[in-house]
Amino acid sequence: MLQITDLSVTFGGLHALKNLQFEVDEGEIVSVIGPNGAGKTTFFNMISGMVTPTAGDIVFEGESLLGLDPSQVTERGIARTFQNVRLFANMTILENVMVAQHCRTDQRVFGALFQTKAFKAEEDAIRKYGEEVLSFFGSRLVGYRLDQPASVLSYANRRRLEIARAMATRPRLLLLDEPVAGMNPRESAELTELIGRLRSEWGFTIVMIEHDMSVVRDVSDRVVVLDHGETIAQGPYSQVANDPKVIEAYLGRPVGSEQTDEEVRP
Amino acid sequence: MTATSENLSMVETPGVAWRKQIRFALIGALSTAFIALAGMPVGLDGRSIIQPVLSMGFLSLLWVPFVLATIAGSEVVLEGMTARTRDSKDLLAGGIVGLGSAGGLVLLMVLIQNFNLRDPLVNWSPQLLNLLSFNRSLAVGGLLWVLLGLILGVFGGAMHVLPKKLCSRIRTVVLSVFAVSVLETFLTDLLEGFRLEVLTDFVYYKRGGLEVGGALLVAALALLIPLLVGTRIRDVKKQVVDLPAEERKRVNLMLLAVSAALLLVLPFFLGKIANELLANVGLFVLLALGLNVVVGLAGILDLGYVAFFAVGGYTTAVLTSPNSPGFSPELPWPIALIVVVVLTGIVGLFIGAPVIRMRGDYLAIVTLGFGEIIRLLFLSDWLSGWFGGAQGITNIPGVDVGIGTVKGTDPRSVFLLVLVFCAIAIYVSWRLENSRLGRAWMAIREDEDVAEAMGVNTTNTKLMAFVVGAVLASFSGAIFSAKVGSIFPTSFLMLVSIIILVVVIVGGMGNIAGVIVGALVLIGVLGGPKQPGLLQEFSQFKLLIYGALLVWMMLKRPEGLVPNVRRTRELHQDEFLQDAWLKGEIDTGDQEELS
Amino acid sequence: MHLGGLRCNSTTVTLGTDVATTHDAKRTSRVLWVDRFLTFIRIAFVVVIAVGLFAFIAQQIDPQNPLARWLNPDATGLTAPQFKGLLVTGLAQGAMYGLIALGYSMVYGVLGFINFAHGEVFMAGAMSGMITSNKLADAGLWEDAFLFCLAFVVITSILISTAVAVIMERIAYRPLRGAPRLIPLITSIGVSFFLQNVSVVLLGPGAKSYPSLPTWLSQKRSLLGFEIEGTKLVVLLTAAVSMAGLWFLVERTKTGKAMRAVAEDKEIAALMGIDVNRTIVTTFAVGGAMAGVAGILWGILFRSVIHTTGFLPGIKAFSAAVVGGIGNLGGAMAGGLSLGAAEATAPLVLLEPLGVDGVSQLRDAVAFAVLIFVLLVRPSGLFGERLSEDDRA
Repeated sequence: MLQITDLSVTFGGLHALKNLQFEVDEGEIVSVIGPNGAGKTTFFNMISGMVTPTAGDIVFEGESLLGLDPSQVTERGIARTFQNVRLFANMTILENVMVAQHCRTDQRVFGALFQTKAFKAEEDAIRKYGEEVLSFFGSRLVGYRLDQPASVLSYANRRRLEIARAMATRPRLLLLDEPVAGMNPRESAELTELIGRLRSEWGFTIVMIEHDMSVVRDVSDRVVVLDHGETIAQGPYSQVANDPKVIEAYLGRPVGSEQTDEEVRP
Repeated sequence: MTATSENLSMVETPGVAWRKQIRFALIGALSTAFIALAGMPVGLDGRSIIQPVLSMGFLSLLWVPFVLATIAGSEVVLEGMTARTRDSKDLLAGGIVGLGSAGGLVLLMVLIQNFNLRDPLVNWSPQLLNLLSFNRSLAVGGLLWVLLGLILGVFGGAMHVLPKKLCSRIRTVVLSVFAVSVLETFLTDLLEGFRLEVLTDFVYYKRGGLEVGGALLVAALALLIPLLVGTRIRDVKKQVVDLPAEERKRVNLMLLAVSAALLLVLPFFLGKIANELLANVGLFVLLALGLNVVVGLAGILDLGYVAFFAVGGYTTAVLTSPNSPGFSPELPWPIALIVVVVLTGIVGLFIGAPVIRMRGDYLAIVTLGFGEIIRLLFLSDWLSGWFGGAQGITNIPGVDVGIGTVKGTDPRSVFLLVLVFCAIAIYVSWRLENSRLGRAWMAIREDEDVAEAMGVNTTNTKLMAFVVGAVLASFSGAIFSAKVGSIFPTSFLMLVSIIILVVVIVGGMGNIAGVIVGALVLIGVLGGPKQPGLLQEFSQFKLLIYGALLVWMMLKRPEGLVPNVRRTRELHQDEFLQDAWLKGEIDTGDQEELS
Repeated sequence: MHLGGLRCNSTTVTLGTDVATTHDAKRTSRVLWVDRFLTFIRIAFVVVIAVGLFAFIAQQIDPQNPLARWLNPDATGLTAPQFKGLLVTGLAQGAMYGLIALGYSMVYGVLGFINFAHGEVFMAGAMSGMITSNKLADAGLWEDAFLFCLAFVVITSILISTAVAVIMERIAYRPLRGAPRLIPLITSIGVSFFLQNVSVVLLGPGAKSYPSLPTWLSQKRSLLGFEIEGTKLVVLLTAAVSMAGLWFLVERTKTGKAMRAVAEDKEIAALMGIDVNRTIVTTFAVGGAMAGVAGILWGILFRSVIHTTGFLPGIKAFSAAVVGGIGNLGGAMAGGLSLGAAEATAPLVLLEPLGVDGVSQLRDAVAFAVLIFVLLVRPSGLFGERLSEDDRA
């Protein structure tokens, strides 16, 4: 479904990504992990069209995404969430998921001014679908909450709304940037299950950046490890978790190296 | 360190902030001196508020000690603190501010008597001195001001000591008397239309201003009416709010229909001057509604907005006037209007396309540049073969609407035509705001990058706002052309764009009702760029007041006079969240179980 | 595959909810019509400039050449002295735009918004110069002790415009420090409007003139093959000296270092112990001082000032700052000089050969057109922007 070849991007002197290869098949859930600064969010920014790569190609369902605006990428079927939740804080919860359907609807000025049947029907459909998406998260984001501004939500609910908003764009591929960051263990476990259901019930293919290894372990088909802009390991979680290169990337020292503690201390 | 619930004492806000009072006293001194040197007391003396007692000129000085003392005395009560109990110290504080304000004036008077700075400062004159001394000696005048300052300052401080209800009643009375006085032209016209001259003769003095008796009558009414009907109105409001949605919609529709009917009938009860005034206000309402779409809904600061007004006006002129140089098809106005809309839309796209991707502030300057370029082109000799250059185009016919002609000499007809188009503009703004496009605009205003990531084509969406705003401005231009009968480039200075911006912001950005109120209050009372308002004496000062108002509003109340709930939330994000948290509206925990 | 309780077959996926099938995509990547239109405009600009230059050169070679006869029948070539005169005038005005542009650039670099009212700081300098010079002239000192008077006038002017700038910052901009970019911009529009009208109500609406300058100053001199009036020479020299002074301040002094640090990243600068508020006030003050100098120079050059004096030069100076690269001080001066030269020469060099009459009216339009052109073709300016992290678009 998504094929990334030789993707590179340089900011000033910093090579954020170097010849990255990446592939996702339809229906997979792939986790992207790696220490901070590895280039994971930059990676997402490039897929969604917010940053232009200096080299390489991104092909989605047979067509290249290079040069497209972010809204065009979303229209093609890729949606994303943001690491630091960026909701439309002063719009209501329902409006957040309604506006996300913008690229799937097409009523314009004429319809709005003359209140045509098509316009009213579309507004109804948008509203209904928005509520449907929100109800995926239980009764938290529905009912009286629908007309409350998004800013009153608790942190965990904001993250959920962020995901709901991405879902509302009717994507084929969902990019989740640290979906459980800052959640407590119970919330994380619940969201992990929901992510699984996003694939099984809603048919999304999911690529997820995450630091919480229990989530990664529980839900991913495959794990890709990035460090310094390159892929250093790939495979099922169990394989990757024991890969010495991965451990070195996180801990900074190869496992079983010659340097002992005595030698380090002067 | 634990605080048990028994000895949890609330911190009281500290006592009077004397430094602040002194600072305000100095501000007051500078303000009164400035207002005097700006020529307001002398220039506005002609208009009387309450006939023998109070003229606008003196009011322009007297508000300073009172208002500044009130502001100086207001204290922000933080969460977890109780408001300090007010006492005589506050009266003293107010008195200090008042004294300071008066002191500035007295100092100025002394200086005027002894020095001559007429050269740079044009209002430094014996006339000013006489006025300030109440036509008596300097000493007596000075003493009177000190007394006035003291009394008004103490009164201002008292606003915090007296019970809230009393203060609001005082405010209502003062504002009502002031409003009735200011609206004299309009009200006399209206009452004459109802053949109630006897009322106007009693209330108003023949040569302007309220009679003392009239002022007392208004004050009494302002006290009594809220007392008698205040609770009734509150009950009715509550009843309406509690109605189910369907019923509420019907009530709203009925209210709308009634107000529309009243507005349609109003011009027949008003005389020429009032109608002319309302027509002007209406033209600006139309312009402001258009800018509201651009600035308020989509968040694009277009400083060259007057360009669309100009394009609408000139296109109408060229297409309808027999005197149009170059090309004179003499089309009837409605046909010309279609061309105007299409052409302005194209110009909107033409100007919008380059600017729409720019940063907000660059966009403002570039649109300003475009506005100026268009004006210069209309003014130029190069294109005078089409647009008449500095001489403009004259002899623009009125609008033939079948049952009559709308032209400048019949302001009533102009007002009705303007009303129709304003209704269209209101409808358009309202419908668009509550549509897919309106949501997209809101999202762009919130976070443009994220809106783009959510599938909104920001370029096209912003352009749409631009074009809608342009078309509404062109309506105004077309009517303006037909009304005035001629068109000149001097009507389209950047000044106009700024005044419309002030109206939108003071009234309430993004809010249809706010914009209308803003236009009524500002253009109606103070006047437009070239048109006098109700208070003609303010012509020389209105621009100064607009500038000061814009700064004041942006600092203190950027959401405007009639705020849009959502906008207020945006602009006071932190306070809103704090309030919501305190009221328990923010959800803190997760009590849900997944079904 | 067995994932946390869910059985999942990796090839087929069951859809629990009836999700409407995603769009029938508009397949090919669209080049937005806006982009196409913009490319067209850029090309059109370049073509107009090229054709204009070509026609000009043709006109110089032979005023009666066929192109000229078609477009501009009354063509007379521009003589070298005329051209040089235009250029010098343009550079002198450009130097003043540059001085004003420095203020815009510095404030934008530090606070990230356009101080619309900076033009009025310039006007305040010019006005105060007018008042003091007239008072000195009345006292009979203007002609006799001209240099002393000039120094006095310049100093008072600098003091007043600096005061205006600092007060402006304190009252109107500091409370809005964290606000979204457009709010201080709108406020500055209000301040600009207010200051213009303060001048009207206090000093009267008419244009006011400076006393006449001693003849030895205003006479023409020959310098490097150019005939320059003394006044224009003074303008260029003063601008150069101010620029040098500013460079010294920014590059070599501690205050300048603080200004550069705050422009780069306010938070980190505060962490390094720099008093950010004071540095911002200093920035406004220095910008105001430069504008004050420009005000006096304007007064010397044009000898007339009115409350709207600040409006157009202010906008053009901002354009100059953008043309040179916002935040970049050297760029601001370079942008000013280029804009001034373009404004002076383009009407006669580009537009007239193309057959536009009354070109001198269109000078201002040319200035705005230059701004638009630069923003379309190279938005970061000729010499590149210098902005802090959060302001970079």
